[in-house]
Amino acid sequence: MINKIVDSPGRAVGDIFDGAIVMIGGFGEAGSPIELIHALIDHGARNLTVVSNNTGSGHVGLAALIENRQVSRMICSFPRTTNSKVFPELYKRGEIELELVPQGTLAERIRAGGAGIPAFYTPASVDTPLGEGKESRVFGGRKYVMELAIRADFSLVKCKAADRYGNLVYNKTARNFGPVMCTAADSTIVQAREIVELGGIDPETVVTPGIFVNKVVEVINPADESRLVAENRIYPW
Amino acid sequence: MVGKESKTGWDVVEMAANVAADIHNGAYVNLGIGMPELVAGQVPEGREVIYHTENGLLGMGPPPPEGNGDPELINAGKKCVTAIPGACYFHHADSFTMIRGRHIDICVLGALQVSENGDLANWSTGEPGAIPAVGGAMDLVAGVRTIYVISRHLTKKGEPKIVRNCTFPLTGKQVVDRIYTDMAIIDVKKEGLLVRKLAPGINADYLRQNTGADLIFNFNCGNK
Repeated sequence: MINKIVDSPGRAVGDIFDGAIVMIGGFGEAGSPIELIHALIDHGARNLTVVSNNTGSGHVGLAALIENRQVSRMICSFPRTTNSKVFPELYKRGEIELELVPQGTLAERIRAGGAGIPAFYTPASVDTPLGEGKESRVFGGRKYVMELAIRADFSLVKCKAADRYGNLVYNKTARNFGPVMCTAADSTIVQAREIVELGGIDPETVVTPGIFVNKVVEVINPADESRLVAENRIYPW
Repeated sequence: MVGKESKTGWDVVEMAANVAADIHNGAYVNLGIGMPELVAGQVPEGREVIYHTENGLLGMGPPPPEGNGDPELINAGKKCVTAIPGACYFHHADSFTMIRGRHIDICVLGALQVSENGDLANWSTGEPGAIPAVGGAMDLVAGVRTIYVISRHLTKKGEPKIVRNCTFPLTGKQVVDRIYTDMAIIDVKKEGLLVRKLAPGINADYLRQNTGADLIFNFNCGNK
């Protein structure tokens, strides 16, 4: 019997090792798998490279993982938001590395990583500082830069519903990077608000096919990151 | 120079209305964060426009009533929005397929600087110690068919934002099609910056004094 369901976030992230590349879904708090991130803080793996669009806010979730000094390198498109304090301070002190990537290039590098495409050409960042030093080529009279795929050891993703095969559906704009990140890791770990019986998700509406998912854990009432930030909560609590 | 006279010209709502007037019925439009967001409220009645937000929603509606926001239904500025009937959600790779694949008709962005050949700088002042953050701006200018810039004509310090060459790091080269400021509407053409329309109380000399690049005035050819 195939059963990808595990019984706790702690067990779900237990294999993450020091030095791993970890993709973390979410656009701001929408889609951020906060319970999996907190379990990773408890687990303690260090020297991680994290691929995520932002760097978290306040002192919970991704920001707390960074504050706990478990992340040595961030690959992201927008490392500051209104309430992000942790990453900017470490970055200014030179204590965390940043690879800044245009958002669409980030999504496509992850997509390519999951699709077995080692590199591709994009018009984004041509003739800008982010395109400097990159291999370029002209197609049809227009210049493009070459970008490399990204693959990860682990992806941490949040969704609305999953079944034991790992088929997933998402919630509104919390989908964002989830589907591409699921495809691009050796081990994809998902927290779902609800685990349903096989057949409980209409095959026509499955967004992430279960083949891309390794572990699913049910988190019925995930924390609301902005509320935790407004309450000045700090993880670990 | 600017002080009193800048009270003439267009206010931000009028600037947004100027942009909105140029958005055609049926257009798929991406609005940047900040001043561009005002454009959605100014689209003339009778035109149906579909708003794209790069975090995965086509058919973005206005903000929900205060306190009724869903933190999983947000725009690119991470503010709560709504989805109109007929909206759809999608993941990031599809979202940027829409952008780079030339499926979005118009993008409206803010600017730090625009050069006379349409180079745009809007993501970084390049100051040492600043945290660089680019988001989707470079993909948008590389892929969207028509790029409109909406911006005050001058910086807060009174310096021209329209310049011969951008001094800030570029978002994209030769990407801007039209600039909407509080003083004028200006097209970026091969032959240079063509002033299409002047705001009330702004004359050609005044605009020239407040612009860091050459301007062409030829309303017969500029106004369609």
